Amino acid sequence: MSDQTPAPVPVPADAGSSLEILREALCSVHPDLCPLFSVEFADGSLMVSRAQMHSTAAKLKELGFERFGMVTAVDFGDDFELVYRLHSSRFGVGMFLKTEVPRDEPAIETITDLWAASDWHEREVYDLMGIEFVGHPDLRRILLPDDWVGYPLRKDYHDDGVIPRPDYI
Amino acid sequence: MALVDGLTKGLERIPGGSVILTSMDALADWSRGQSLWAMPMGTACCAMELIACSFSRFDFDRLGTFPRPDPRHTDVMILAGTITKKMQPAVKRLYEQMPDPKYVVAMGNCTITGGIFYYDSYSVVRGADEFLPVDVYIAGCPPRPEALQDGILRLRELIHTRSLAEGRTHERDLTLPGPDSPRAGTTDAARGRLVRTSESSGGEA
Repeated sequence: MSDQTPAPVPVPADAGSSLEILREALCSVHPDLCPLFSVEFADGSLMVSRAQMHSTAAKLKELGFERFGMVTAVDFGDDFELVYRLHSSRFGVGMFLKTEVPRDEPAIETITDLWAASDWHEREVYDLMGIEFVGHPDLRRILLPDDWVGYPLRKDYHDDGVIPRPDYI
Repeated sequence: MALVDGLTKGLERIPGGSVILTSMDALADWSRGQSLWAMPMGTACCAMELIACSFSRFDFDRLGTFPRPDPRHTDVMILAGTITKKMQPAVKRLYEQMPDPKYVVAMGNCTITGGIFYYDSYSVVRGADEFLPVDVYIAGCPPRPEALQDGILRLRELIHTRSLAEGRTHERDLTLPGPDSPRAGTTDAARGRLVRTSESSGGEA
């Protein structure tokens, strides 16, 4: 099953919303991902572990999520949450694919082998949040100068050059 | 320029030479001021107003100012927009490629002080005068095209006070606030506080 592209899931004529179609397709092809599926902001959402991340992305691509939207990261203190945004013209919905990486070892497998468009997005996350994408072909800073120290969008970032905003403004 | 430099030095020494020098200055200043080709350094949204200036409604060309996207052809660099720390070396390099005499117009609040990015920003340069000699400041967010054109006219006045001879200026009225003028502001809030504190303590003593 894993080697071959799964046959397209037949869509029942009386199916409800496109999210229901997506849920049925996901559960019939990948039953292991079914309990992780939820609905957020009128789009599908999958919360997976770090080890599962790359394989889940590959499964979703096979399922019909052919377009990579973006990747971003959220600083929750002990962990960073990575949020991947995927789109499918087949299902007509988007998908949030989320995973958590620990702060003391912020690294994850790259998905540039699946969607080449994620190259610069992963560089941006690396630049501003300091998350290493293992296997990325060209992991350098993209927005900040190459000799920058630190990762500015982390909550604990400190820079002496920043002038804090006074209270009276 | 070597010929002009040698000529001005020689003219200052001979009796009556300054009369010729003054006439030469008048001609040179007039011709420099009439055709200030602009290097449009549009780094952010102020560039929209800069572009609007060049088109038919505002018609920058009637002042002799014409955008050339090549630093080696231009006299004045118009800095329009926020300058980030990553962009700063590129702006500096383009400025250094411009032939002398060259002038800088800082357009918009971000270029003057960093604007809304003055506080709590890790990536924005707080004012172009941290690394470039700015001649004219035009405040606004963004300034209107008329304000930019007024800035070019003020720059022309500034050029008319400069001489071909080094260290020599004309006795002309300058409406611009220079560095010594009481109208001159400061772009550094911390420096401003220091000045105010020292003034008040000096008054008490």
